[in-house]
Amino acid sequence: MATGTLSAGPTTSDVPVNDRGHAVAVAGMRRTFGDRRVITGLDFEIAPGQFVALVGRSGSGKSTVLRALAGLDAGAEGEIVVPERRSVVFQDPRLLPWARVLDNVTLGQGGKEATARGLEALGEVGLEGHERDWPKTLSGGEAQRVALARALVRQPELLLLDEPFGALDALTRIKMHALVEQLCARHHPAVLLVTHDVDEAVLLADRVLVLTDGNVSLDLDVRLANPRQRGDPEFIELRTLLLSELGVDETAEGRHEEHPSP
Amino acid sequence: MTTLDNPRTTSVVQATPSPLPRVRGGLVRLPTRQPGEPERSRFRLPVGVERLLGVVLFFAIWEIAAEVGWIRPQILAAPSVVLTTGVDLIRSGTLTGALWVSLQRVLWGLGIGIPLGGGLALIAGLSRAGENLVDGNIQMLRFVPIIGLEPLLILWLGIGETAKISMIVLGVAFPVYVNTFSAIRSIDPGYHELADVVGLSTSARIRRIVLPGALPGFLVGVQMATAVAWLLLVFAEQINATSGIGYLMVRAQTFFQSDVIVVCLITYALLGLISYAIVRQLERRLLSWRPGR
Repeated sequence: MATGTLSAGPTTSDVPVNDRGHAVAVAGMRRTFGDRRVITGLDFEIAPGQFVALVGRSGSGKSTVLRALAGLDAGAEGEIVVPERRSVVFQDPRLLPWARVLDNVTLGQGGKEATARGLEALGEVGLEGHERDWPKTLSGGEAQRVALARALVRQPELLLLDEPFGALDALTRIKMHALVEQLCARHHPAVLLVTHDVDEAVLLADRVLVLTDGNVSLDLDVRLANPRQRGDPEFIELRTLLLSELGVDETAEGRHEEHPSP
Repeated sequence: MTTLDNPRTTSVVQATPSPLPRVRGGLVRLPTRQPGEPERSRFRLPVGVERLLGVVLFFAIWEIAAEVGWIRPQILAAPSVVLTTGVDLIRSGTLTGALWVSLQRVLWGLGIGIPLGGGLALIAGLSRAGENLVDGNIQMLRFVPIIGLEPLLILWLGIGETAKISMIVLGVAFPVYVNTFSAIRSIDPGYHELADVVGLSTSARIRRIVLPGALPGFLVGVQMATAVAWLLLVFAEQINATSGIGYLMVRAQTFFQSDVIVVCLITYALLGLISYAIVRQLERRLLSWRPGR
């Protein structure tokens, strides 16, 4: 597997950690913004084809981790090894408004077969026939599907999803969950999904990492049969476990969030 | 209360009926349309015709005032006289000749000034070094009134075409530069992040993100530049020229020909209008991705 090392810091060995069979290897990652220490010595690996959800309260640094893995943050310390072929889906679709849908999908892709692959990717997200549309004419869900097609067309070995369903309405979100599940089952990229939605994490991921105070406070394997049902007792059990790790007690009076004082 | 004829009423939980609160104060029935009754609308002339009425009235009063003798022809000629003078000037080739000379000056000015302003904006917009080199100087020069440069330009370039065109070039380059530069700088940083993520090369980034992203601002600059170009042309041609519409006007002034002056003014106005329409059309073509255009 082709890998790239993002770290500018001192590397302990010339051999990328990925040669041990990981798609992603993060070792001793630290990130400070001014005086604020956001990530404090983070270690984790993602196996090829594994779907990992990274959950955490807002401000826990989960997006910082994703941005570092995307190669968008050169200011992180430690060693971060990721596949060369990786894609990012942001919370906003981030389509170029002046480029038609197909040109957005194939952005940065050269060669004769780029168009054919772009059309195929659009078909996979259920948007065949929309290749000549302007992004501004699409609905929020459609635009995010184009963003998904743009990520897929690169045939990524690592797919980074930064709260990609956060801005969608509840009904569209359910459809997008199913679509992502289906696409990941077909293409098998390693996935890092950053989300604050515990249901979403349990629904989609093979493994959930809870980020608290700049480090992984819980590493949970999700061994539920597919398709997963939100009403399933095991589902609810995992969900409750994760929520309590995040400091939310649903059974509490009035179902309000409990914020433990630091 | 009337019962609604719902095709399907499902209730999952049977709630115990609680007494409904009553509306306090009176109820009003809102005006609605009876079935088959057409939607009411006031009789209106077509919008274009309605708008023309005011203009027609203006010219009618002007014409009458001139005919009756309230306005002397040396002060302002009647519209009918202006019309015949205009036709005569076109027939004799005086107006068309002058128009061609003026148009050439403006086209040269725009043709050099727009690429100059746009090019400098690209240099300043694409890198810190470029910004330091270009932007400070331009921001400083921006506040020098272009018209005030005329004596200096004549000193340097004489009173020929070069001085006139140079002034238009300068006047055009500034609005194009300012608008394009700020457009480049206000491109959503998210798009640059996207370019990083999908691995765009520098040239692809300029082609796919910077240029199209700055295009709306650039076109606003071009629109302002065309207006400035005609303004400076009028000024340059009235100072010292032996040809062009401005020269025609100055000569007419010497001979108290108010009709010729008005014809020239109308010509300027029409040229301004036409160039505005061309830029708007260009905008519509190039920015078709924007909704509601």
